[in-house]
Amino acid sequence: MATMTLQEKILFKLQDVKDPEIASISIVDLGMVHEVKVDGSRVTVSVLPTFVGCPALHIIERDIENAIISIDEVEDVKVDFVYTPQWTSDRISPEGRERLKEFGIAPPPLDHVMGEPWSIECPYCGSPYVTMENIFGPTACRCILYCKSCKNPFEAMKPVLNLD
Amino acid sequence: MNKETMKPEERQALVELLYQLADDDFILSFRGSEWLGLAPHIEEDVAFSSINQDMMGHASMYFRLLEELGEGDSDSIAHLRKPEQFRNAIILEEVNGPGTYLEKPDYDWAFAVVRNYFYAVAKQIRLESLRICSYEPLREAAKKILMEQYYHLMHWELWFKQLVTSTDEAKKRMTDAIQKVWKDFGGVLTLGPYYADIVKANLIEDEALLKKRWMNKMEAVFKEVGLDFPGAPRMERGNGRKGEHTSDLEGALSTLSEVYRANPAAGW
Ligand SMILES: [Zn+2]
Repeated sequence: MATMTLQEKILFKLQDVKDPEIASISIVDLGMVHEVKVDGSRVTVSVLPTFVGCPALHIIERDIENAIISIDEVEDVKVDFVYTPQWTSDRISPEGRERLKEFGIAPPPLDHVMGEPWSIECPYCGSPYVTMENIFGPTACRCILYCKSCKNPFEAMKPVLNLD
Repeated sequence: MNKETMKPEERQALVELLYQLADDDFILSFRGSEWLGLAPHIEEDVAFSSINQDMMGHASMYFRLLEELGEGDSDSIAHLRKPEQFRNAIILEEVNGPGTYLEKPDYDWAFAVVRNYFYAVAKQIRLESLRICSYEPLREAAKKILMEQYYHLMHWELWFKQLVTSTDEAKKRMTDAIQKVWKDFGGVLTLGPYYADIVKANLIEDEALLKKRWMNKMEAVFKEVGLDFPGAPRMERGNGRKGEHTSDLEGALSTLSEVYRANPAAGW
């Protein structure tokens, strides 16, 4: 640990900050951490919200502050929510995609083009034979599907991509 | 253009536009939230409340931009203005139907579908135009909102097309709702008294152009589902962009702001 720079320590700590609505995945693996700036003992973390009206943002802000302030060298933590660049669902790391599956949530389709049909695999059995039950799920970023192979309902992260 | 360099008339135009964008989303998402537990089925309840939550998020994003421009803090912008300071279109403040959320709600689902669908189309057109807005924070907000709006539009378009091509009763209720919304939907498609300054500051394209795009889209959809296109929508009860409103807005605001007014420090 002694060889870690402060920047590395912060990123390490941020791995402990989980999405309050998906307890298995960190905000780092979700691709929400844009930038960590260190100025002496002052730290600024820029975070990209997944959805604009996400009610978990206040909790995430508090959890980031608590995680980073626990580092000895840090005296002040500021969290900025920024919208440039924009969070898109392809920012989720390979590790994050696996964590989502463990939670019973299919990761968003890769190489998706907005407007085209999605192909989503069941997070339990891997079957592509699934039907969309509701494009809106229990949180803004999720939708509800049903697997015709193993007959389980499951959720998926919505693809959210730039429309340019 | 940025906060420091903009001229007073540009700032005024920007502020007016932001209030229109914010208040449209704010009021319509409130009306939507009154449907909680009353939507036709459980899946729709989940979907509709998710859409309303997104839209309330969009409103608060605009309120934050107003806060940055010195309009006061975003909570008081949302909760402490008088009805005549609101800039939303009148059709968006209208009650969902007879009764109230707590007492004998007899809400009209056809009206909900038509109003939300027409609005989603107009909002999409507006946001696409804002992608070239001269004020960067608004341009970036619009891009972000557009990604979510994409799903809302898809949702309401599905409902609209299915109901309007369904049974005779569904079709009758939908055409009644279309006639009702048409009387005032012109209010959504106007940029209000500061329209010339808004366009001159390159904040958004000309309202005539935006309106034309909305009409073209609607005409194509009406044709597809076999409905007669009624021509340009009207603005019979007044222009919300000028602060003209009905008593429905007062009712909505007193409910919306009850907690905040009772205790501005309450966390919720
Ligand atoms: Zn399965």
